[in-house]
Amino acid sequence: MKLIFALFTGLVFGVGISISGMINPAKVFNFFDIAGTWDPSLAFVMGGAVIVTFIGYRLVWRRNAPLFGGGFQIPNNSTIDARLVGGSAIFGVGWGIAGFCPGAAIPALGTGRWEVVLFLAAVTAGFYARRLLAPALPTTKAA
Amino acid sequence: METLFTPFASLGGGALIGLGAVLLMLGLGRILGATGIMSGLVFAENSSEFSWRAAMVVGMILSPGLIFWVTGQMPEISVPVSPLMIAIGGVIVGLGASLGSGCTSGHGVCGLSRLSVRSIVAVPTFMVTAAITVYLIRHVFGA
Repeated sequence: MKLIFALFTGLVFGVGISISGMINPAKVFNFFDIAGTWDPSLAFVMGGAVIVTFIGYRLVWRRNAPLFGGGFQIPNNSTIDARLVGGSAIFGVGWGIAGFCPGAAIPALGTGRWEVVLFLAAVTAGFYARRLLAPALPTTKAA
Repeated sequence: METLFTPFASLGGGALIGLGAVLLMLGLGRILGATGIMSGLVFAENSSEFSWRAAMVVGMILSPGLIFWVTGQMPEISVPVSPLMIAIGGVIVGLGASLGSGCTSGHGVCGLSRLSVRSIVAVPTFMVTAAITVYLIRHVFGA
């Protein structure tokens, strides 16, 4: 049941990515290309997502625990360090070069385009590169 | 290459992305970060870490197919860059997102909604470096 719920969650997220235009690198490039063929659509994606999540999280956190147990696993780290800033800066450069980010590319796999397979293989190589460069750091936990 | 400004589709798609994030918190008590989900799959140490992430990824991959089934069209994807750029960008994305502990979904959607200090630093950082990268590639190097 928990896995069916997780699958449904992924489906909702993926439909959102697909409809919103985040899935399309041409739109991502144009969002950042203010000096050229600017398309501000992706600001609406971020706006819609953050409004729903901001309200929804606060409703969910009124519960004592998630539906399938285990407690709410929320990062409580508030350290601003070089790793956070440098890693985020590096991520932005890659996003600006390829036009895909991981959350857009995983649903995009379902369109069967080979560029997406190449991108996600390269991202995985990047994960391994991080482990080689800094083996002492713990494995990524998002946000 | 121009893209159409799609405020309503982007806002609606964004709201679904947020709904996906809220559902994952409601059901499993987890932050929805694509980097964390991908690296959690690649470096999973046990089956309980692996299985819910795998189910989510399956749901995400099925989403373009669902859209095709309902509308008769796959979501539009145009990739205006070379395979080499996709590969280089992908490695940089993987490296940066794992160093910075998150990407557009984990920091951008979930982190901002939680008012996480780290995400409030990370998001403008990667937005600015992405915009600078797109500017340099398109307007300075003229690719």
